[in-house]
Formats: sequence, structure tokens, C-alpha cells
Amino acid sequence: MLSRVADSLYWMSRYLERAEHTARLLDVNLHQMLDQTPESANQRWERLLASLRIPSPKEGTNDVYSITRLLIFDAANSASIVACILAARENARQVREQLSSEMWEQLNRLFLQVKRTSMDESWRREPHEFFKSVKEGVHLLQGITDTTMSHDEGWQFIQIGRFLERANSTATLLDNHFNTIGQLDYLSWIGLLKSCTAFEAYCKVYTADIRPEYVAEFLLLDVTFPHSIHFSVDIMQNELKAISRRTNARDAFRAERLAGRLQAALDYGQVDEIMASNLHLFLENIRQQCAQIHTAIHEIFIAYPADSALDS
Amino acid sequence: MDSTETFTQRAFLPPFANYQLDIAYDEMFTPEGQPRPNYQYLHQLLLELPATELRQRQHAADITFLNQGITFTVYGGSDGTERIFPYDLLPRIITSDEWATIEKGLTQRIIALNLFLKDIYHEAHILNDKIVPKALVYSCRYFRREMMGLRVPNDIYVSIAGIDLIRLSDGQFVVLEDNLRVPSGVSYMLANRQVMKHVFPRLFSRYDIRPIDHYGQALLATLRSLAPPNCTDPTIALLTPGVFNSAYFEHTFLARQMGIELVEGRDLLIHNNIVYMRTTGGLKRVDVIYRRIDDDFVDPLAFRPDSTLGVAGLLNAYRCGNVSLANAIGTGIADDKALYAYVPAIIRYYLKEDPILQNVETYLLTDKSQRNYVLEHLGELVVKAVGESGGYGMLIGPHSTQEQREQFRKRILVEPRNYIAQPTLSFSRAPCFLDGQVEPRHVDLRPYILYGKQVTIVPGGLTRVALRRGSLVVNSSQGGGSKDTWILYD
Repeated sequence: MLSRVADSLYWMSRYLERAEHTARLLDVNLHQMLDQTPESANQRWERLLASLRIPSPKEGTNDVYSITRLLIFDAANSASIVACILAARENARQVREQLSSEMWEQLNRLFLQVKRTSMDESWRREPHEFFKSVKEGVHLLQGITDTTMSHDEGWQFIQIGRFLERANSTATLLDNHFNTIGQLDYLSWIGLLKSCTAFEAYCKVYTADIRPEYVAEFLLLDVTFPHSIHFSVDIMQNELKAISRRTNARDAFRAERLAGRLQAALDYGQVDEIMASNLHLFLENIRQQCAQIHTAIHEIFIAYPADSALDS
Repeated sequence: MDSTETFTQRAFLPPFANYQLDIAYDEMFTPEGQPRPNYQYLHQLLLELPATELRQRQHAADITFLNQGITFTVYGGSDGTERIFPYDLLPRIITSDEWATIEKGLTQRIIALNLFLKDIYHEAHILNDKIVPKALVYSCRYFRREMMGLRVPNDIYVSIAGIDLIRLSDGQFVVLEDNLRVPSGVSYMLANRQVMKHVFPRLFSRYDIRPIDHYGQALLATLRSLAPPNCTDPTIALLTPGVFNSAYFEHTFLARQMGIELVEGRDLLIHNNIVYMRTTGGLKRVDVIYRRIDDDFVDPLAFRPDSTLGVAGLLNAYRCGNVSLANAIGTGIADDKALYAYVPAIIRYYLKEDPILQNVETYLLTDKSQRNYVLEHLGELVVKAVGESGGYGMLIGPHSTQEQREQFRKRILVEPRNYIAQPTLSFSRAPCFLDGQVEPRHVDLRPYILYGKQVTIVPGGLTRVALRRGSLVVNSSQGGGSKDTWILYD
């Protein structure tokens, strides 16, 4: 597979995951805001922006309407839903022949739909509908991808992009919540779980007994829940292994080893120990390792120096 | 009875109420206003179907094009951009007899043009025999001296051509233009067919239409046949200028249809005159390149140094025979608009046959008496710049202003070699569904010719339509659209 193509598939997938993540976070928070006082609402918005790594806007533009617009429509803001879907489509357009026609059509439809929507219209008609359509659009695309595309190298790069993005953004999200939420603020803990579509899955394991250490354990270490960090890293490691076997690229073991190291930390990690030592550092470490894996993939498969490739 | 009366005497029923016949050949109606046999069923259907249903189908077709992103890029627009190629719902229907002539004529023409290219890049007999003037060939900006004496695989220079035909008042198809460099539009031919089957299956099933879906396989076989000697399983890539090119959709479409890699210049590199592409598993050798980039841009070392679209060193690798290009470098000399006037002579010279498809009468402005005639009759003629395509750089005399004619007069006097003139032709018109009515519009036809081991012409082509009333310009960049084109079985 062409390096440029692998790169575009990887980024297409990351941007789609990001769009869905933003849509879900906004949806959950707008909904929960209905139950809150103005002070806690302010705190909520700050947390939301920090979770998406967006600097707080200036005074006077931090009302609900402005922030929602910033996160949906501001094309200059790289985490906004519109910016992510535009970027995903632009990446897809460059490798269009690698996608199945069905995938391209669905992505294009999602793009046209988001482009058509205006802020005032989505606000008037309840933004929830809009978020729902974005989430469903992305889910549909993922389903189409899994059923219409060969699960070969291209698909594997798509998987890595999606789950690397997910591990990274979930780590950021957890970090910001564990920093700021009080032990008994059930509503916020439920909000965190819902932001990862994890509330129902959590209840099946722990019942509705919401405790921060359980929440941390579930979102960090659960091996079967698709939004947990452990699950995401397992997939990354698997796909990286498959790609290095398939391509025989020089140095491929380096990326595999990085992913394997992160996987081991999650495999053998204990939530009580992590919480007792320093959860923030642990999450920060996960983010750094994700960044290292990203860099390694780029250096090994995408932008390797031609000289070294000619020697072999 | 004068002729205008003959054409307007008969009133048509809706949705044909606005349908006016004139001196142009009408694809659907005889001059007496009777539907031609191949259009009979379509005609009947149009009389029966309510306009709302036709509108719905047109709408369904437009949505399909938009959702599938079957678009082209408009240069110079600020909104960036992608537009759908307007699609007309009504098919253009060509009988098998008409097609048989077209097929024979195009085959003859492509064979002769290839012999011509081989000749001028080797011994140049045709120039020494004074059939074609030397000055015409050597002054052409598409003549590539880098190609002199170079043997190309199977001696085939033009493997992929799109030759534009028009139909004159007497019903005869003639050649308007040879496109022998990087002709585009074939993806629209294929997409139009898909969409037609989708939105109008009932109409489709009433006709016996020859299939075109195997174009991808035929193109792949053609490219394979060009592989360098000793290369049994060639790696083939399609080289695109990238996502900003107006035909990018087509490049992706063809690469997928053939299952070959779509590469950009930055994906390729050349080492020891061998072309490699950069893959996730390391560098992989490339043997055949279907390049959709003009000669000027393929290699910054050999041609335009400011090109970032091509690959440095490609020409040398090509000259070493390590990679084949389709089409070969330097084919533009054979579709030069001034050389066009000599194609009938070229056919006679190499094949000892009369041309099956005629040319349009063409005035060469390097010839003094022809030039004087043209300058006196600018208001009646079409003047074209020889190096331009896409409908740019044209003067259509009857639709021009005094000022435009003056501009062209000056330009012709400065650079007569750069222009040719042709009579303003009334080429044929076909029924189009426009705004609830069926009205005639001018159409041309571009069949696609493949030449590998043998000549293959998929039975069909792109029918382009000048959608503006009275317009003679069919190019997509100038408000043209297209139709599905049906070639019927016997």
C-alpha cells in the first residue's frame, strides 16, 4: 500500500473518531446542564473545553450558545465537528479509490448534511437531533467500512487511527474529570460514563453503584468494552502486529514494541495502585505513549528516508 | 415553400411544445417531424409520462451524482470547487449501422496516427515526401525532440484516445478534434450509464443496448500490453496531478475499476533509472504508468523545471526502457489543430485507403490566401487556438462582437501558426429534458479508443450537450452537460 494512502486513511479515521467524540461530549453536557445551577454549569463548560484541549474563549463568548457554535461550526477550531468531518472527507478524497463506493458515499452524505446545517437551525430544532445524526452517520460509516472493505492493510490503518484517537481522547477526558469532580457528584460521574457511551455497560458490571475508582477501572482497564483505553490499545497492538508482518517494513518492531509496552501497563495495572500513586501521571503517560506510537508509525511506514529503503 | 416553413409548420404536443426543428440534424425527429425508429419508444414514453415523474427522475439522478461525489473541479472559482457535471435524463441513441461506420473510421484513424507518430520520431518519410510540411511539425510546441529515435513498446504511441465527432445536417458523422494526449471524460460515460440504469430501468429494458461496463478491463489489458520486455507481471500505476485537478474524480474511478495504484508525483522516486513507489513496506518497482499529466509536467528535469506534479528523472527511465508510459511522450503533435487538416492525407499515405470519417473543412492561417479569406470572413467562421482545449481560446464568429473579432484579427496576424479557422457548423441536436419541457440542444460524441495489442472501442462514448439554448460549446467548463449514450444491437 502506498505510504501516502496509509497516512490518509489513518487521518480520515482519526478525524471521524474526533467528530463523534465532540458530538457525544456536547450532547451529554447540554443535556446534563438542564439539571444544574449556573455556577456548576460554568465549571462544566470549562471542563468540557479542557477535555477537548480547547482554550477557554474570551469573557462574553462563553455562554452556551457561543460554546456550542464553537464546537460544532467553527472551522478554525480543529476539534469542531464541522472541521473534523471536512478534514476526514478531504483525506478520504485523496484516497478515494481505496475506499469502497459505499464508504465514500456515506462519508460524502455525512459531509453534505453537516455542511447544510446552520447553527440557528440546529439550535432551534434542538441540537440533540444534530448530534444524534452525526453520531449515527459516523457509526453507519464504521459499519459500512467493516462490511465492505477487505480487512487488510488499509483497514488496519483505519483501525489504528480510530483507536489511537480514542485512547488518547479518553485519557484526556478522564484526567480532566478526576481532577475536578467531587466524590459525591454523581451527576458528573454519570456524565463522564455517558460521554464514553459507558453508563449502561458500567451498570452491568458494577450495578448503579457509582464510585470514582470503579469508573476509573472500567474506562481504563476493562478488556471488553470498546471505549475503554485497554480495549483500544489491544486493538492497536494487534493491528500493528499484522501490519508489520504484512509489510516486512524495516524497524516495524519498534512501533509494535511501543504498543506492547503500553498494553502491558494496562494488562497488569491495578486500579487501586494507580489511584494511590498518581492517576494524573498514569494518564499523562498513556498520552505520551500514544504520541510516541503515532510518531513511530509515521517514521516507519510513511515518511521513511528513501536512502535506507534502497539499501535493503 | 421555403425551408424555414417546412421546419416550423408542424406543432408538437407537450412536452415537446417548445421543440423547434431547424437546419441542424435532429437526433430524434426526421425533418418532417416524425420520430426516427430508434427513438420511437422514447418519444412515446415522453408523451405519456407526466412531467412531474420526469422531474423526480431527474432529481434522483442529480442526487446520485452529488452523493457519489461524481464531480469536476472548476478552475478560477473561489468557492473551491467541486460541481456535478450536469446530466440530462434523456439518452442519446445510436443505431448499430451508424456505430459500425464510426468504429471502422476511428480504428483506421488511430492506426494511421500511430504510424505517423512513429514515422516523424524516426525517419520522417512523410515529411520528406512532402505530404505534411516540415515546418508544421517542427514548429509545433508538442513536438518532443527527446523522442527522436526512441522505440516505444509495440510502436504504439497513442494507447488511449478520445476523438470528438459531430454530426452534420446530412446525418454524417465527421471528426472535429483528435484528443491524443490525456483525453478525459470516460468516467462520465460509465457513471452516466450506471445512473441511467438506476433511475430509468423501464426505459432501459425496452432497448437492446450494448454494454460498456468492461471498459476498465479493456483499459487494463491495453496497459498490460505495454509492459517493458521481460516484464511478465507488470506493476501498473495511474499518475494523477492530485486532488485539485479537474479530472481527479475520473482518476480515482479508473484506478479503482482497474485495481491499480493511484499515485502522485510525490509517491514516486527514481533510482538508477528505475521508477519506484513509496509503500508502507518499502519501495516497490513500477513498470507501466498511465499518466494523466501533460508532457510539460511529467519530469521537471526534462521539461518544465517548476513542475511539482511529475517525477525527476522519469524521462531518462523511460528512454532506458525501464518504464512504459501511456500515452507516450510527444503525441500532442498528432492532435495539433493545424495538423488535423492533414489527417486525411496521413491516412491515405500510410494505409492507402480513403478516410472513412471525414474532417471538418479547416483553414490554415499560415497560408496567405486562406488567411486572407478567413480575415475577411471572421464573422462567419470559428477560430481556434491550436494549443488550447476545453473550449478556451475560441472565437465563434456569428456569436462574437466587433471587438472580439478585432482582437483575434490582431492575434492571427502576429502568430498565424497558432490559429486555425473552420466554418461554423450546425452540428446535430438531441432532445433534452429541461425545466419540464423537452427541447433540442446541440450535442457531440466522444468515443474512447484503446490501442494495445489491437484496437478496442467500447461501444459508447460521452455525448456532451451544450445546455444553453443556441450554444455550440459543449465543454463542461463552459456550461456543458452530458447524456448517456446508447449503441443498439442490430
